[in-house]
Amino acid sequence: MLMFQNQIREEYYENRMAQNLNWIRKKLPEGIKFKDEKLAKERYSKIQLDPGEAIGVISAQSVGEPGTQMTMRSFHFAGVAELNVTLGLPRIIEVLDARKIPSTPTMHIFLKSPYNKDKNKADKIAQQIKQTVLEDVTNQYSVDLARGEINILFDKDELKRRSLNLNKVYEQLSDQIKSADLKKKTASISIILKDKDIKKLYKLKEKLRNIIISGVSGITDVLAYKNETDEFIIQTFGSNLRDVAEIKEVDFARTKTNNFYEIESVLGIEAVREAVLREVMHILDQEGMTVDERHISLISDLMTRDGRIKGITRHGITKEKESVLARAAFEIPLTHLVDAAVSGEKDNLVSIVENVMINQPVPIGTGLPELFVKMDGVKPKPSKTTKKKAKK
Amino acid sequence: MAYVFIDGVLKGTVKSPESFVSKLIDQRRSGKVSKNLNIQYRENENIVQIQLDKNRLRRPLIIVKNGKSLLTENHLKQLKENKITWSDLIKNGLVEELDALEEESAIITMYEKDLKNKHTHLEIDPLIIFGMNTSMIPFAGFNQSTRLLRGQKNHKQGAGLYTLNYLNRLDTNVNILHYTQKPLVKTFTHDLYGDSVAGGQNVVIAILNHEGFNMSDGVVVNRASIDRGLARVSHYRPYSAERLRYSGGQLDEIKVPDKEVQGYSIEADYKHLDTDGLISPETHVTGGEVLVGKTSPPRFLSRQLETFSTAANITKDTSIKVKYAERGTVSKVLLTESKDGNPLVNIEVRDTRPIGIGDKVSSRHGQKGVIGYIEEPQNMPFSSSGTVPDILFSPFGMRRMTVSQLIESIGGKVGALNGRLIDGTPFSGEDSRDLRKELEDLGFLENGTETLYDGRTGKAYEAKIFVGNIFYLRLKHQVADKIQSRARGRVQLLTRQPTAGKAMEGGLRFGDMEKDTLIAHGSSLLLKERFSSDREIVSIGDRSGDIAEYDGYTDKFVSVVDPKETISKVEMAYGFKLLLEQLKSLGINPKLNLKDKFNQRKKQ
Repeated sequence: MLMFQNQIREEYYENRMAQNLNWIRKKLPEGIKFKDEKLAKERYSKIQLDPGEAIGVISAQSVGEPGTQMTMRSFHFAGVAELNVTLGLPRIIEVLDARKIPSTPTMHIFLKSPYNKDKNKADKIAQQIKQTVLEDVTNQYSVDLARGEINILFDKDELKRRSLNLNKVYEQLSDQIKSADLKKKTASISIILKDKDIKKLYKLKEKLRNIIISGVSGITDVLAYKNETDEFIIQTFGSNLRDVAEIKEVDFARTKTNNFYEIESVLGIEAVREAVLREVMHILDQEGMTVDERHISLISDLMTRDGRIKGITRHGITKEKESVLARAAFEIPLTHLVDAAVSGEKDNLVSIVENVMINQPVPIGTGLPELFVKMDGVKPKPSKTTKKKAKK
Repeated sequence: MAYVFIDGVLKGTVKSPESFVSKLIDQRRSGKVSKNLNIQYRENENIVQIQLDKNRLRRPLIIVKNGKSLLTENHLKQLKENKITWSDLIKNGLVEELDALEEESAIITMYEKDLKNKHTHLEIDPLIIFGMNTSMIPFAGFNQSTRLLRGQKNHKQGAGLYTLNYLNRLDTNVNILHYTQKPLVKTFTHDLYGDSVAGGQNVVIAILNHEGFNMSDGVVVNRASIDRGLARVSHYRPYSAERLRYSGGQLDEIKVPDKEVQGYSIEADYKHLDTDGLISPETHVTGGEVLVGKTSPPRFLSRQLETFSTAANITKDTSIKVKYAERGTVSKVLLTESKDGNPLVNIEVRDTRPIGIGDKVSSRHGQKGVIGYIEEPQNMPFSSSGTVPDILFSPFGMRRMTVSQLIESIGGKVGALNGRLIDGTPFSGEDSRDLRKELEDLGFLENGTETLYDGRTGKAYEAKIFVGNIFYLRLKHQVADKIQSRARGRVQLLTRQPTAGKAMEGGLRFGDMEKDTLIAHGSSLLLKERFSSDREIVSIGDRSGDIAEYDGYTDKFVSVVDPKETISKVEMAYGFKLLLEQLKSLGINPKLNLKDKFNQRKKQ
């Protein structure tokens, strides 16, 4: 098992290494090819950090500084036409807190080749994706109590606009309603309940309103727009990655959503890591802030470290800190201290915050290296002492 | 039919509201109903609202009939000759005051030449859109609105002559400007309020850099100007002591306190007190010295019982002392009675404060700055006529586009040379082009610049320098009130952290974010040193990990758990020791597992 884990880890590191080399390739000055292996290695060693560098604090400061400036600006919403998407500082907070549902869930759906060049075709697919409930296309419901019948009158123009017809609606309804008989008429459908219970009839009527007859559930609004490369992209309000993937016109490889939990369940945690990185970089870029990508990649690494999404909050990564004192130093100290006391936790005082508290040198920067002296007549037992230290 | 409300209360109905309203307005103008009445017909709601209550803001407007102003040249002439007054205009129905309600139904035009039949009222002057402070900014019409807001804010903070009877008053934190002047460039508002708004002085100002001492809103001032009394201020601060009565017939005593009294300061602090326990006027005092000697009886009854048993003197010293880091001269000692009939001593300490480095000054256009350097007069630039500017203002200040300041500068120059006051009323003041022409006629360049010579080298500056006269305000923010530093000093009793704030002689906090910078830099030992001022050596039991107690008989620390246990001295922050003890009060017993830093195997 351990072997297997190590293998996975090594594979992962190799992947990351390849990514980093890719990144260097982009940053190389013109005229120098990547084939120069020596130079590449030199460059790579240059971008590596010294041991004891306080990367966490530096990352936090590097993101925090533009953050203070962003509060002062008021460009926090943007989007195409009526689709407003939260951007700016509120969105960054949302991403880093790892909220379950974003305040404005949205998708950018890319289309396959013939569909992404033509406005009409793209619009058609957009309408196909847009969720249509029965209420959207009906004019009127009439309830006949005596016969236990509900008569639904349809709006023909609305049906046509959403490229639907009565037959399709009828099929969908008969699929989803089992407790009643359906009858199709020229411009209406009547539903006759099998047992004539008034209560059930009204319940059914309420249920009918929200029956989805076409489209992807959760996507309440769509808009096809043209991007810089003259390609039509569908932006949506509402997100449902799994169901969109099943539409055959959609180019799923490029399709984006801003709901990270959906990404996690469909594509896995590594995709979330990349998505968080891209999202935060995108927002900072839009606000005109330049933050080095590696600061944010550290944050997204931290958020997805153990296979689940965790926010930078007291419920997320701070909760995972080993030190009791460090946890208590960050929000709700009393709860953390009492909980630690109940379970009899030990604090090994190995990290920064604790050592600031007890006024000892912090194990970072100049505080990291230690001096070991070989004494006469004393046999060094490095393995044992380090083990003990770790235990403590 | 419409409903009629008087002061918001439904009183009845009228059949034709429009004619009712116009009739009532006519009656008001002719004086048949109160001049304070305002009326409005709201068509949408179909109601007539009449307001007669107090505290409504109202604005005066000239009444217009058939496209003609009722106020004629004849009236203005009579006004000038003081034959009629403002109240006559209102009485005769030429001018009326509208409140926020009636204003909505009025059609008002700004200038008489724009009058048409539809208009009901004529504005008296465009100046009226500004408030009192804003309208004192000359040529305000040339500025961006934000500059005006800042300018009027600075007006309010300017030291001046805030009241004429300030010698008979006791107000906190008063600044009285010596030698207040009328502004050379005034506005209509200055005429209205007369000399009572004097709050600054006219200075000669050159827009010129000076060795970087006036960068970023700094200001360089001529030392000779300060010696002559430029922007000198008297700062007044009152102190008071009341002889209070307590339950049980006990009294405060105003006298020179005995040395046995609790909280007695050093003897030198009481040296100014006379035998009656009061200081005499015109005594020079500094921070911490006693103005009124006072002792109070103990606060709690239980303490009082102790008095009987031990017969010790436990009255407290509650003397009134001069505030920390302040100084001055006692200007007034006033013996009187408080509201409750207790004897009351009021003492006023006056301090003359010449302007100095770090004091805040401002022109009237929101161009505030802090004095960065005081230059010797011989080093200041001078013009061919020998004029030396009082203040050097940085040209980078003009990026704020306060055009009005430049025009005031030219106006001030013209006014000073011609011996007249310039009218700088916004929108209707003197034309800046005329002022430039006048300046040219006086033999200067029409753009206000002059050739200046550097006082240090005697060489002329290559560029022509803009020189003019401006009205400058000294703002109430002074370094003397704010400057503070400490190396060591008082700490709080519980946490042993330094106290906060100037009044407490507090320290400057090296906070969380500052701590982070040291971490980010990797300077771990500097970080430790910064926070280690309150380190504490705590005795800890080696095995139990509990804090050991001091045993007075053996003069040793002994573990509470096991008397035979060995004890180690551990150095930690006092705050951490406090945390450990506070955790105990929470019901948590924290224990410290000790380990020798240098020999890992010794203890265990």
